[in-house]
Amino acid sequence: MSKLLNLATPIPVAENVEKLMDIVTDTFSSQFRFIQNNGADLMDFVTSTLTSIPPYVFMLIVAVLAFFATGKKFGLAIFSILGLLFILNQGLWDQLMNTFTLVMFSSLIAIIIGIPLGILMSKSKVVEEILKPILDFMQTMPGFVYLIPAVAFFGIGVVPGVFASVIFALPPTVRFTNLGIRQVPKHLIEAADSYGSTFTQKLLKVELPLSKATIMAGINQTVLLSLSMVVIASMIGAPGLGREVLSALQRAQIGNGFVAGISLVIFAIIVDRLTQSLNKDKSNGGK
Amino acid sequence: MGKIKIERVTKVFGKNTSQALKLVKQEKSKEQILKETNATVGVYEASLTIEEGEIFVIMGLSGSGKSTLIRLLNRLIQPTSGDIYIDNQNITNLNKKSLQIVRREKMSMVFQNFALFPQRTILQNAEYGLEIRGIPKEERRLKAEKALQNAGLLSYKDQYPDQLSGGMQQRVGLARALANDTEIILMDEAFSALDPLIRKEMQDELLELQANLQKTIVFITHDLNEALRIGDRIAIMKDGKIIQVGTGEEILTNPANEYVRSFLEDVDRSKVLTAENAMIRPMTIQIDHEGPKVALQRMKEDKVSVLLAVDKARKYLGYITANDALNLAKSGEKSLKSILRNDMPIVEPSTVIQEILSVISDSPTPVAVVEEGKLRGVLIRGVVLESLASEKNGGVDNE
Ligand SMILES: Nc1ncnc2c1ncn2[C@@H]1O[C@H](COP(=O)(O)OP(=O)(O)OP(=O)(O)O)[C@@H](O)[C@H]1O
Ligand SMILES: [Mg+2]
Repeated sequence: MSKLLNLATPIPVAENVEKLMDIVTDTFSSQFRFIQNNGADLMDFVTSTLTSIPPYVFMLIVAVLAFFATGKKFGLAIFSILGLLFILNQGLWDQLMNTFTLVMFSSLIAIIIGIPLGILMSKSKVVEEILKPILDFMQTMPGFVYLIPAVAFFGIGVVPGVFASVIFALPPTVRFTNLGIRQVPKHLIEAADSYGSTFTQKLLKVELPLSKATIMAGINQTVLLSLSMVVIASMIGAPGLGREVLSALQRAQIGNGFVAGISLVIFAIIVDRLTQSLNKDKSNGGK
Repeated sequence: MGKIKIERVTKVFGKNTSQALKLVKQEKSKEQILKETNATVGVYEASLTIEEGEIFVIMGLSGSGKSTLIRLLNRLIQPTSGDIYIDNQNITNLNKKSLQIVRREKMSMVFQNFALFPQRTILQNAEYGLEIRGIPKEERRLKAEKALQNAGLLSYKDQYPDQLSGGMQQRVGLARALANDTEIILMDEAFSALDPLIRKEMQDELLELQANLQKTIVFITHDLNEALRIGDRIAIMKDGKIIQVGTGEEILTNPANEYVRSFLEDVDRSKVLTAENAMIRPMTIQIDHEGPKVALQRMKEDKVSVLLAVDKARKYLGYITANDALNLAKSGEKSLKSILRNDMPIVEPSTVIQEILSVISDSPTPVAVVEEGKLRGVLIRGVVLESLASEKNGGVDNE
């Protein structure tokens, strides 16, 4: 009975988490500041470079890329040009470039962290057992929650936005890399081993090439997830299309919200189809 | 001084090894050990010496530990106890780095399911071992191309494995091992996935290769005929133990125990030499399309005086002779149908050789092997006799 009564007094989880956050923030404050400042500078630079490209040139580049990535078909190329024209026409080009930078940085960082983690996970049962629940946790946690540590560490702006997006978008790349490597047939691993391959040789010459399609599927998901964080990240001051959606929401401007939303969808479709067709292209070419 | 020597090598799969070993000593069965300890005895106290330049065959029923044993030789599987020597070097406890060197320089492996890398071209597959060893690009390409040339596959070098037939893929598997130029080749049921005709060709190629290169080959097979045909010595395994080692002759005439005897008879009864084992690829003519000129040309090319006639679906129709075709060509007639002959004896692929012998010695023509109307192969007297002689099969049957 007394045990049951004990349950009624709340365990101080929230307090402890807060304390932990404070400790982390204090200890690494100078590092966080460094990342915040330099990260913001770097991303500003990339965005302004992108914006300085004339929109029509940019569209042409995307269209050519789409044309060749989809196996010399016109569909995606035409869609890209029309879609981007629409965004330009609605005066959202600069915001699009901001979003592009945000998605690019979060995806790249997520991939750079995710693939090695996935490799580690595929090589060690222990690492797999530890990472699996963490990844589940990361994926089921609503994206909003990551804004809290992001703000605590980096304040507001684009860098905490990237931080939150990376955490949110990381799991698929890790998972799919792990899955892809574990799916490599056992007899091929045996063949690689029997010829005396080192760990790295086996990884680079057999395991990664054979799991490329699976890893690319994970990367595609990571890119889309980081894109889905764009609106959420705008709540802590990340610029871009997300901010347009957010401000339309705050002012109940249905029309503006719709336009910004559609622009995001167009961008998402282009990015999704492009990364997917890159994957298909590779797996067919080098079967 | 064997090329390969193993001493009292044991491999137990699972955690409870010591308990499992105790039970083996009490002569408990594999199932019982598995049930009591959750461990499987893969190989138990195996000792062997394999000499340089011999083809050493390992036989045994499924699950008897053949694959485990051959993988212990290059330590794809780590032994539970015992010692493994390659060229008198004990490799049982070599660290990763030294083991890699041994694998690179001493042995190459050929697998039952070919295990070619699907994303690499045939040439890149053949190069793999050399690439791993860090041989310069140009040199390894030349070596790999030479190995492919010997396998008759050079023209396929830029194809991918899934574009090749099974037999061709296994030739690539063999070429990959040969390009590596190691003295030992390990072959785990390397020919088992191939159909009988290709299989026989591959056996011939292996024997020829052995005559030229003098490799030390460890070869696993289920097939007694294959074992007798290519093996200098044969080891028979049962439940992880090696129960007899000897030449084919020795094992057939002097089985170590009742198990070996019944094993040989078992294998024998299902695997008695049949038409399928002795037939060769037939020289055919497609009678719907091809005329006397084509027929004569083909006979000249292949140095035969008879062609077997088939239709589009490879249905067997009869045969034509060179003389008839020549007369027909002179008369200017285009269709071969008028000279089709029908008196060639026909047998099923499953007909045993002894029965064929009487048929073939009475017939002036070869014998067609036909299954459900379709032509499968052809039997020629010389080849049948030779296969009988080399299989040493009669001795057992006549006991
Ligand atoms: N990795 C493993 N883990 C557990 N048990 C294994 C493992 N590999 C093999 N075994 C067991 O060891 C025994 C010997 O297997 P092995 O593969 O060597 O047999 P085999 O003679 O090659 O059979 P087959 O003719 O079917 O290929 C079997 O009972 C098998 O279940
Ligand atoms: Mg086996």
